Amino acid sequence: MIHSLFLINSSGDIFLEKHWKSVVSRSVCDYFFEAQERATEAENVPPVIPTPHHYLLSVYRHKIFFVAVIQTEVPPLFVIEFLHRVVDTFQDYFGVCSEPVIKDNVVVVYEVLEEMLDNGFPLATESNILKELIKPPTILRTVVNTITGSTNVGDQLPTGQLSVVPWRRTGVKYTNNEAYFDVVEEIDAIIDKSGSTITAEIQGVIDACVKLTGMPDLTLSFMNPRLLDDVSFHPCVRFKRWESERILSFIPPDGNFRLLSYHVSAQNLVAIPVYVKHNISFRDSSSLGRFEITVGPKQTMGKTIEGVIVTSQMPKGVLNMSLSPSQGTHTFDPVTKMLSWDVGKINPQKLPSLKGTVSLQAGASRPDENPTINLQFKIQQLAISGLKVNRLDMYGEKYKPFKGIKYMTKAGKFQVRT
Amino acid sequence: MSSNSFAYNEQSGGGEATELGQEATSTISPSGAFGLFSSDLKKNEDLKQMLESNKDSAKLDAMKRIVGMIAKGKNASELFPAVVKNVASKNIEIKKLVYVYLVRYAEEQQDLALLSISTFQRALKDPNQLIRASALRVLSSIRVPIIVPIMMLAIKEAAADLSPYVRKNAAHAIQKLYSLDPEQKEMLIEVIEKLLKDKSILVAGSVVMAFEEVCPDRIDLIHKNYRKLCNLLVDVEEWGQVVIIHMLTRYARTQFVSPWREDDGLEDNEKSFYDSDDEQKEKTDKRKKPYTMDPDHRLLIRNTKPLLQSRNAAVVMAVAQLYWHISPKSEAGIISKSLVRLLRSNREVQYIVLQNIATMSIQRKGMFEPYLKSFYVRSTDPTMIKTLKLEILTNLANEANISTLLREFQTYVKSQDKQFAAATIQTIGRCAANISEVTDTCLSGLVCLLSNRDEIVVAESVVVIKKLLQMQPAQHGEIIKHMAKLLDSITVPVARASILWLIGENCERVPKIAPDVLRKMAKSFTSEDDLVKLQILNLGAKLYLTNSKQTKLLTQYILNLGKYDQNYDIRDRTRFIRQLIVPNEKSGALSKYAKKIFLAQKPAPLLESPFKDRDHFQLGTLSHTLNAKAAGYLELSNWPEVAPDPSVRNVEVIDLAKEWTPAGKAKNENPTKKFYSESEEEEDSSDSSSDSGSESGSESGEEDEEGDSSEDSSEDSSSEPESESGRQSDTENRRVAKRNSKTKGKGDSKDEKKENEKSKTSDSSNAESSSVEESSSDSESESESESESESRKVTKVSTPVFVPMKTHVLLHRMSGKGLAAHYSFPRQPCIFGDKMVSVQITLNNTTDKKIENIHIREKKLPIGMQMHVFNPIESLEPEGSITVSMGIDFCDSTQTASFQLCTKDDCFSVNIQPPVGELLLPVAMSEKDFKKEQGMLTGMNETSATIIAAPQNFPPSVILQKVINVANAGVVPSGQDNIHRFAAKTVHSGSLMLVTVELKEGSTAQLIINTEKTVIGSVLLRELKPVLSQG
Repeated sequence: MIHSLFLINSSGDIFLEKHWKSVVSRSVCDYFFEAQERATEAENVPPVIPTPHHYLLSVYRHKIFFVAVIQTEVPPLFVIEFLHRVVDTFQDYFGVCSEPVIKDNVVVVYEVLEEMLDNGFPLATESNILKELIKPPTILRTVVNTITGSTNVGDQLPTGQLSVVPWRRTGVKYTNNEAYFDVVEEIDAIIDKSGSTITAEIQGVIDACVKLTGMPDLTLSFMNPRLLDDVSFHPCVRFKRWESERILSFIPPDGNFRLLSYHVSAQNLVAIPVYVKHNISFRDSSSLGRFEITVGPKQTMGKTIEGVIVTSQMPKGVLNMSLSPSQGTHTFDPVTKMLSWDVGKINPQKLPSLKGTVSLQAGASRPDENPTINLQFKIQQLAISGLKVNRLDMYGEKYKPFKGIKYMTKAGKFQVRT
Repeated sequence: MSSNSFAYNEQSGGGEATELGQEATSTISPSGAFGLFSSDLKKNEDLKQMLESNKDSAKLDAMKRIVGMIAKGKNASELFPAVVKNVASKNIEIKKLVYVYLVRYAEEQQDLALLSISTFQRALKDPNQLIRASALRVLSSIRVPIIVPIMMLAIKEAAADLSPYVRKNAAHAIQKLYSLDPEQKEMLIEVIEKLLKDKSILVAGSVVMAFEEVCPDRIDLIHKNYRKLCNLLVDVEEWGQVVIIHMLTRYARTQFVSPWREDDGLEDNEKSFYDSDDEQKEKTDKRKKPYTMDPDHRLLIRNTKPLLQSRNAAVVMAVAQLYWHISPKSEAGIISKSLVRLLRSNREVQYIVLQNIATMSIQRKGMFEPYLKSFYVRSTDPTMIKTLKLEILTNLANEANISTLLREFQTYVKSQDKQFAAATIQTIGRCAANISEVTDTCLSGLVCLLSNRDEIVVAESVVVIKKLLQMQPAQHGEIIKHMAKLLDSITVPVARASILWLIGENCERVPKIAPDVLRKMAKSFTSEDDLVKLQILNLGAKLYLTNSKQTKLLTQYILNLGKYDQNYDIRDRTRFIRQLIVPNEKSGALSKYAKKIFLAQKPAPLLESPFKDRDHFQLGTLSHTLNAKAAGYLELSNWPEVAPDPSVRNVEVIDLAKEWTPAGKAKNENPTKKFYSESEEEEDSSDSSSDSGSESGSESGEEDEEGDSSEDSSEDSSSEPESESGRQSDTENRRVAKRNSKTKGKGDSKDEKKENEKSKTSDSSNAESSSVEESSSDSESESESESESESRKVTKVSTPVFVPMKTHVLLHRMSGKGLAAHYSFPRQPCIFGDKMVSVQITLNNTTDKKIENIHIREKKLPIGMQMHVFNPIESLEPEGSITVSMGIDFCDSTQTASFQLCTKDDCFSVNIQPPVGELLLPVAMSEKDFKKEQGMLTGMNETSATIIAAPQNFPPSVILQKVINVANAGVVPSGQDNIHRFAAKTVHSGSLMLVTVELKEGSTAQLIINTEKTVIGSVLLRELKPVLSQG
């Protein structure tokens, strides 16, 4: 399956290579560089590149290309999904996944990669098990290791891999037993010029942070499970229980994990919590244009909208913008032509607005399209779909855990066309 | 296949050589990638010293630096001798890093690598399974041909290892060995065959992977394991799932008949209605036979469905392609929702999924129409995603939604991403061509775009308009005139060429303009692009033929220019045209037809999706993504006309999966067999019922008259080895059975009702009965109901086997101020509620005074737990004792029920903690049912342990006694001496709890517990283990 892996940074240096079968020369990456040149932007590099003897499958995350080399037919999603899992694991281990961090921890990275694949076939990809095999570096441990000469490699062999619940490590102990669940919903929407919704849908996830002793068996039920139209589960969730009773029943992995992601059925109308009033105009004759946007709340169920950030990719002809916001700060990058306005909280009494002029390149023709506006925002303590957790129960262990559930709504891909 | 991949290996070897050559030139520059010189050499010296030091920390440091070098792609091979010495290091991390090094460089330093082999051979015999596994892993990764025999031996041994984890690694090693030495194929296939029979979920994915790599054409190896794989699938780890699903898709396409034939079935029926000809009729009769899906085919489709909910995109895609390729067309619809969900993922996943959707949406528009808006383009999407989305939108366009789509397209055309805008224009063209209602609207829209400021947009519009006009010539003189004017401003060669071609084609419709255009072009001929030059020549030729008076000289001028052009294509064309159109004495017969040749009706271009021809590749494969056959791609075969013999998938009686043979199927195949197979079932069911002592076997009807003999006969009818144990506890059995027969009528009906409800709600849990159900046609319904009713009987509660009651202290007389209380579990169905465990409490008064008003107070119960208390006892005489019973619903957990036992004066806190074995009710079950249920409770639901049992524990009676002492379970009659089975269900939820004790040679025994309640299962396992192993 996966023959080799190359990590390439944005300036085109291969800074790590790992081979699981016989060695593939790094010159195979030249084909990748060619494709990269052709694509101009990193985002447009095709994920699958055929070369005479190999195929290069790549993912681009954190400004690093993870390029897998394969030789024979294999489902491309298999490789891509695995590469993403590798990135997730690195993030889990080191907090961030960046070139300097990987270079600093190259030995741990190598050990982890060694465990994740055997002969190119995934072996251990559950972070719970990996962490037992190879302990993630912490400052304290690094200090201890240098003094005592002990190692990051777990001296106990993980038994989780062999057990009936391969995602959970054994012998977990906590003094404070807690289980937190975050219900996070994202609104994806396209709003057209006149403010009417072209498409809008809600995608949600339940992320969990479970720190419970022993082998707890949890059940989580909803007040209104019918809302969930399409769901995907962490492997720990018992599918049969969900099918028959609409209850999530599971033995959780230890630590952070995504329990569930769901899609709210399309029949339900999506409440759009924000509106944007805009007036952007360029004139043919003059090299000045007018720019004015106002953001206001709409259908927020009485909650405040926070963390509002407005970004917009201005047309190439724009030279500069002189704007003044009523609140927050704004920046305009004359090179990338990216306008970004950090609004903060929306006060319904005094709506935030950004006004000013746009100066265009002299002689350049008027841009034929107004820029689209991308919106980010957050609303705490609200699941916009109305989803509510009914109760959380624990079986199999005797102590009383501390339980917490938090709701949040965020903007996903929220675009306003102007 | 083998020769194929072998050839490939060679080829790739050659490829590497050339790549290495390239490397020498390309990568020498950055930071001295080859540490051959000065400073690096010194560095290596000190690394060697560190490796030879006595301190582990120094060694570790050195190894870390070496791994760092390997990671950067630097050459560290000269350190090999120093590193390989440390292969037997005690320090795990050093050892691991040495392994990393060894695997990387062993191929280059084969002789030295051999030094390490003995270490691994030793480790292969280690008692710890993880060490065995990792030794095998490294050993098989060392690509040294000399050790092939050693590897082969190690693999064979590991394949028979007790630990599934080691067997999994053996499966991986097979592929490694095969790539190292393809000569070993035959031997390896034997190992694969063996591992395919493995029932562990750990092994399944890896061995199928090995199968796909080594012998994907040996489909016959799959037959016997097909059902097992289908059933295990849900529990296999996600990567294994992908591989298995892809393999099973191919398998299904060779073994089952097409479920798609239904569509044209109707036509055939009608034909046969009118046809009177006998022979004909026979023929159509054959075809008319209604399609019934093979239950195995159905099994696969049903068992993969839950995986659409997987978090792993590759699994979802695999299931989607399985549904696409093998499910009936009406059922494939469910995959669209899940695929659309994947579009929320990273751009790479989106890219692949969109490609597959694009292919699907050509063939079956309806599947994705409801999700039209999910494919709307966002300005932040990367261009490749945008174009794919456009592709899908075009495929989905129809009369109903085209107006919305066109409005959406209008936004896209104005996009800042010009490449995308151009693609949109192409799309509009295709929509216009496909949907005749909007052709005119689109055309006028495109004409508007001609005045766009952006040249790329205009050029693309011209090209598309040209194509559209070609499809419906005649009426568009105005547009052509407009485009002729554009020639002055537009510079994109393709667009200019298109305009010229259009004018040439329609030169008779614009007689005034055409010559003028030619004149202008003649002026600029030398500075035009080659593409445009060719079209100028064409235009000239066409005008010469239709309007030679005006253009003769002009054309000659152009032909002269072309004659001396730099490009040989243009010179060629010039010569060709001159010969053809300018009459001279040498010109052949062709020139007479020049006009026909140049001005012939040309067929309009078909505007087609680039994904049209991709459907012959299996969806979700690399080949599909590339639209080219990738190395190692396995063709998906067409459905067979007639299904191959389905009985090959039946497994021998001994095997677990036997129960999957659907009764109805057997009937269809072989009508003479029908009687036997049914009577067999009857026998089975009577077996199970006679066991509970309620009914005697049908053969022993006469003996019934003698009172007690019914018990004896029931024991006789159960299989041999069991009877011995039966006799020993004969008397107890009789007593119990008698008691049971009294209450039987009542209890049974209650149970049956419960079972009915259960089977309604959890249909899927009983895979077998529903498999028959869904595939049923009318003819099969009879047998179906039979098998269903049988499966309901499965969990009938039987009488508990008698064991001496264990009493536990509830309240000691010292702490109870003279009141002593004991509790025990009488193992009777509780009279207070069927989810409760009955508990007997015996109270003793050890004082010399009367104790009054004994009652229970302050129940402190965990959530969900319930308790039915006894009625208060008014008084208890000195030295008196009384036994009361109560019921506690423990919710299938071993949590304690705490409450207060009170007298008139005092209160004592007491608690009852049930042993896990008391939370069960015995279930009567036949061996067959047991295996069936066990087959459904594999994977996560299975816990097992190997125990060393003392030899005196081996007689069946002893084992029976020991197990029953611990757990309130029913004995399942067994056909084998060495396997004992016990069945029970949990009191609260009624989940089955299946215990198997299998005696092995050498005083070991395997203890397996299958249950949905994994927690209880593992507790029970823990409790049974010491009981069975102690003397």
